[in-house]
Amino acid sequence: MKTFDFIIIGGGVIGCTIARSLSRYKLSILLVEKESDIGMVTSSANSALVHAGYDAVAGSLKAKMNVAASPMWDTFAGELNIPFRRCGDFVVAVDEKEVQKLEELLTRGKKNGVPGLKIVTGDELKAKEPLVNPNATAALWAPTGGICDPFAATLAAGENAVMNGVQIALNTTFESFITENGRIIGVHTNRGDFSGRWVVNAAGLQSDAVMHKAGVRPEFKITPRRGEYFIVDREEMKINSVLFPVPSDVSKGILVTATMHENTLIGPNAQNIDDKEDKSITAKGMDEIWNGAKKLVPSVNQRSIIASYAGLRAGGNAPCADSSVDYTGDFVIEIPETVMGLVNLGGIESPGLSAAPAIGQYVVELLKDHGEQLIEKADYQPIRPARPRFRHMSMDERKEMIQRDARYGRVICRCEMVTEGEIVAEIHSPIPATTYDAIKRRTWLGTGRCQGGFDMPLVVEILARELGKSPLEITKKGEGSEYLYRKTKTVEGQPA
Amino acid sequence: MSQLEEIELICVTCPKGCKLDIIREGDTFVKITAGCKRGKEYARQELTDPRRMVATTVKVNNGLHPLVPVYTASAFPKPKIYELLSILRELQLDAPIHINQVVLADALGTGIDVIASRDLPASSAI
Amino acid sequence: MIKQVYDVVVIGSGPGGVAAGIAAKKAGAEDVLILERDVEPGGILLQCIHNGFGMENLGEDLPGPSYAQRYIIEAQGLGIVFLLETMVLDITHQRKIIATNKYAGIIEIQARAIVLGMGCRERTRAQIRLPGSRPAGVYTAGTAQRWVNIEGYMPGNNIVILGSGDIGMIMARRLTFEGAHVERVLEIMPFLSGLSRNYVQCLLDYDIPLQLQHTVKRIIGNDRIEAVETTRVDDRFNPIAGTEEIIPCDTLLLSVGLIPENELSRKAGVAIDPNIGGPYVDDDYQTSVPGIFAAGNVVHVYDLADWVTQAGFRAGENAAFFAIKTRNRELRSIPTTAGKNVRYVIPQQINKDNLAEKDVSLQLRVRQPIEAPSRILVKCGDEVITSKAEMYARPGEMISIDLKPKHYDVINSACAITVDVVERE
Ligand SMILES: Cc1cc2nc3c(=O)[nH]c(=O)nc-3n(C[C@H](O)[C@H](O)[C@H](O)COP(=O)(O)OP(=O)(O)OC[C@H]3O[C@@H](n4cnc5c(N)ncnc54)[C@H](O)[C@@H]3O)c2cc1C
Ligand SMILES: Cc1cc2nc3c(=O)[nH]c(=O)nc-3n(C[C@H](O)[C@H](O)[C@H](O)COP(=O)(O)OP(=O)(O)OC[C@H]3O[C@@H](n4cnc5c(N)ncnc54)[C@H](O)[C@@H]3O)c2cc1C
Ligand code: SF4
Repeated sequence: MKTFDFIIIGGGVIGCTIARSLSRYKLSILLVEKESDIGMVTSSANSALVHAGYDAVAGSLKAKMNVAASPMWDTFAGELNIPFRRCGDFVVAVDEKEVQKLEELLTRGKKNGVPGLKIVTGDELKAKEPLVNPNATAALWAPTGGICDPFAATLAAGENAVMNGVQIALNTTFESFITENGRIIGVHTNRGDFSGRWVVNAAGLQSDAVMHKAGVRPEFKITPRRGEYFIVDREEMKINSVLFPVPSDVSKGILVTATMHENTLIGPNAQNIDDKEDKSITAKGMDEIWNGAKKLVPSVNQRSIIASYAGLRAGGNAPCADSSVDYTGDFVIEIPETVMGLVNLGGIESPGLSAAPAIGQYVVELLKDHGEQLIEKADYQPIRPARPRFRHMSMDERKEMIQRDARYGRVICRCEMVTEGEIVAEIHSPIPATTYDAIKRRTWLGTGRCQGGFDMPLVVEILARELGKSPLEITKKGEGSEYLYRKTKTVEGQPA
Repeated sequence: MSQLEEIELICVTCPKGCKLDIIREGDTFVKITAGCKRGKEYARQELTDPRRMVATTVKVNNGLHPLVPVYTASAFPKPKIYELLSILRELQLDAPIHINQVVLADALGTGIDVIASRDLPASSAI
Repeated sequence: MIKQVYDVVVIGSGPGGVAAGIAAKKAGAEDVLILERDVEPGGILLQCIHNGFGMENLGEDLPGPSYAQRYIIEAQGLGIVFLLETMVLDITHQRKIIATNKYAGIIEIQARAIVLGMGCRERTRAQIRLPGSRPAGVYTAGTAQRWVNIEGYMPGNNIVILGSGDIGMIMARRLTFEGAHVERVLEIMPFLSGLSRNYVQCLLDYDIPLQLQHTVKRIIGNDRIEAVETTRVDDRFNPIAGTEEIIPCDTLLLSVGLIPENELSRKAGVAIDPNIGGPYVDDDYQTSVPGIFAAGNVVHVYDLADWVTQAGFRAGENAAFFAIKTRNRELRSIPTTAGKNVRYVIPQQINKDNLAEKDVSLQLRVRQPIEAPSRILVKCGDEVITSKAEMYARPGEMISIDLKPKHYDVINSACAITVDVVERE
């Protein structure tokens, strides 16, 4: 049995940033992820916002982590070379009642310690966001709010962890704990057993099931809350920052936001469902998003939609650790007393992405408090270099790149301008991309207007060649999602 | 005495896709209404010996692509299409292929050749 | 070898582009270059292996590849150069084309006229707002067509087709030929969206059911599609409750329309008609940017490739005329250069022919002041064509000198003129 100091369950943004934070120390670390790639579940299907922190309930762990993480993002994104922009966000009020709500939010934000908040007039708002609803009368402006590429954050943190010695086992599902004398000493997975002094539960939507296996918090329950989105073509509409509606009691509402890929994102709605796998898009949801978006930006046009997707929030039911705060639904980040060897996380819904860098640090602090000797490595490397992106190069850089590697001269995705060279580089990167979706998340190929219609057969061919497989074995997102069934000419046509 | 029979067809000869009205008495065509002469011809043919152009692919060794498109040099008897496909499915050609090259001569004794729709160079030629 | 300047450069080697090339060459364009990103010329027709092409233009019923090859051979015979595996990235207002090629790297080419022939692309799932999960097995009909007809792979065995467009119906027959079972074709409208002949020879002939006023309500299956839920719709396209049906399938093909491909046109500043998605064109098929023409499905979606060819001819011919005019103007123009003690001369170019009829005024500034009687000399090589005396020459004061029709003969044989300003002896 392979032995590690730490086994992390789950390769979402949380598991990967914890892996990175721990990789600074002299520890052997294994991260197990059940899917064919990291970041396939919630960390690649969300609003991609780095929240300023005024929204979370004052005194909650959510608020604490969010506000602590916000200023860390410049360094986090800088070291990992990932797309991040502090574009600021607005909460837009369209009538007097809503203006009052802004005051409440402002007060809450100040209490949480969010810097720079202020209420601006409708005109100030419109000067920055010309497309906003002309009826907007005022807005709360949070200059520290930002946007990022959430999958890039997950990937880069994971890659940096790998650079610093962490091992990642994909297609590996945690099944149960191995315990000895009330202490966790390892895990059973579908691909064998691994022993570890510590196990970290970063299983997102499955975090309740995982902690129950350790007998922790039997009353804790994740209720998946689905949010659906539309993406609007960058040629058709441009938003410069993040536009929130004034939140209702049940939800933050449908927002309209800039993205790091210059398209506009609209969504999400919020619907509690039973199935933790059901990321389908519904006709009702689409209408909801549509109407919500129109409230903020009336000119948004259905014909400019180029894609839709849905994500599942891992909504928990944990009461706030500070019992004076009346709130259930807080983050769980703890080393439980009842069982030894478990770092337990749960209910990491929004603002989990924003909070990730702080959560990584917080876990390190918790471990130190529990007497774990953490010795820094001399050769820890915090910088994860970005790989070249043809789309962002100048003509001279392109010339040079193609001279070095001719595959950068072959454009595979015309909309997003992704070349064969980039695809091949991702297939052979530290966390290899082995499926079409894995390449899509890394390069943004196929995300433009033709949605893969042109590039898909080419990518399948490249994947097959580079992985030494038949195109019949290439999948969209792992086993069971093969693109092709058989060669032609192998089955006879039959009269119906 | 055979009955007068009224039949409606859609012409597939050209993209206009005219509706054809046919009145037939036994084997005799009493009246055919069509958009043009070719349509009348089609109606007669369709009701006596229906035929279609058949286009498919054939495997190629060592070609730029693994398949070459082929088609019947003229319309082919409809009832024999699956039989034709089955024979073509077993064929294996060698690149290079030239356009109009006969891939299968006198298919199923119909006198109709199956020919290549394009040039296909050998993969090494590229 | 690729030159730096061409009379006509065509982008795309589909029937539109190739026809434009042929017509341009025939109309007198000196050199015509066709840029194509694929490994071979022909465009989308290479995967349209069915018959039905050429009836209008050639009087024959040909498959797509045969039809395409006819014109490619003609183009090659005319000496038109095809540069393959070359993706055009950008076009400037000044008709400079920037492209990338695996072997040659980034290529920059100046065109006197350009014909856009990038074709169209298919509408996708997002554009028709198709609810449900997002598994493998949902493809546009054209993607499936490429896999089946060119690469030799089957996307599935049990197929539902959404949309009664021609490509969908043609694929229904094609997949049946290859041993797949096409469950049915669904069409949301109360009428067929493709040609009736394709309904007969692709669906009826093979007993493939067509359901009008039906659509897919939901896609089912997480990894690979497992089924679709279909529904009947009313006249306003709303699902009618109680008409739902779950149809097991392993593939859903979308044949829900084509959109002109105009990313490049936008970059070139060409105005796009939002209604159609293609550029505004005049009767010469010239776009809003002078010298940039467009032909084929890049303008609007034609139902017949033959008509694309005809549009290509017209665009190509007019592109040639534009190029020839531009070339002549270039040939008849010579540069004016700043010589001794001259900082610049305006205009930088003069058209010789203008001088045949009227004066051309040259305006210039000196570099260094000459506080003494000076002379402006306009020269062709060493020969002084004309000169003018000034009391002095100062950088702050513009100087002008006229060329007159009497100078036409000298200038006509010159390849440049120089202006000097010197102290009078
Ligand atoms: C609609 C929506 C919008 C959101 N918007 C924002 C936002 O704008 N800003 C923000 O800060 N946050 C946002 N969030 C929240 C944010 O996305 C999440 O907090 C964050 O992605 C959680 O990361 P994670 O690593 O905990 O979960 P995940 O990304 O779900 O990762 C958990 C991983 O564990 C794996 N796993 C589960 N079980 C097992 C097992 N048994 N064995 C092995 N592996 C297992 C899963 O496969 C998965 O990869 C949003 C969330 C949603 C759904
Ligand atoms: C899947 C599909 C099936 C079709 N089936 C039929 C049919 O059966 N019958 C019919 O009549 N019509 C059919 N059509 C319509 C068909 O497109 C036209 O009839 C005809 O092929 C259009 O010719 P074109 O020259 O405008 O474009 P295309 O044939 O599409 O050619 C455009 C060419 O431009 C190239 N190109 C595009 N962008 C660039 C760039 N940036 N740099 C370099 N090269 C570029 C492309 O690679 C392509 O070769 C079909 C269309 C599609 C999409
Ligand atoms: S009748 Fe003539 S015009 Fe009408 S579809 Fe047939 S061939 Fe075409």
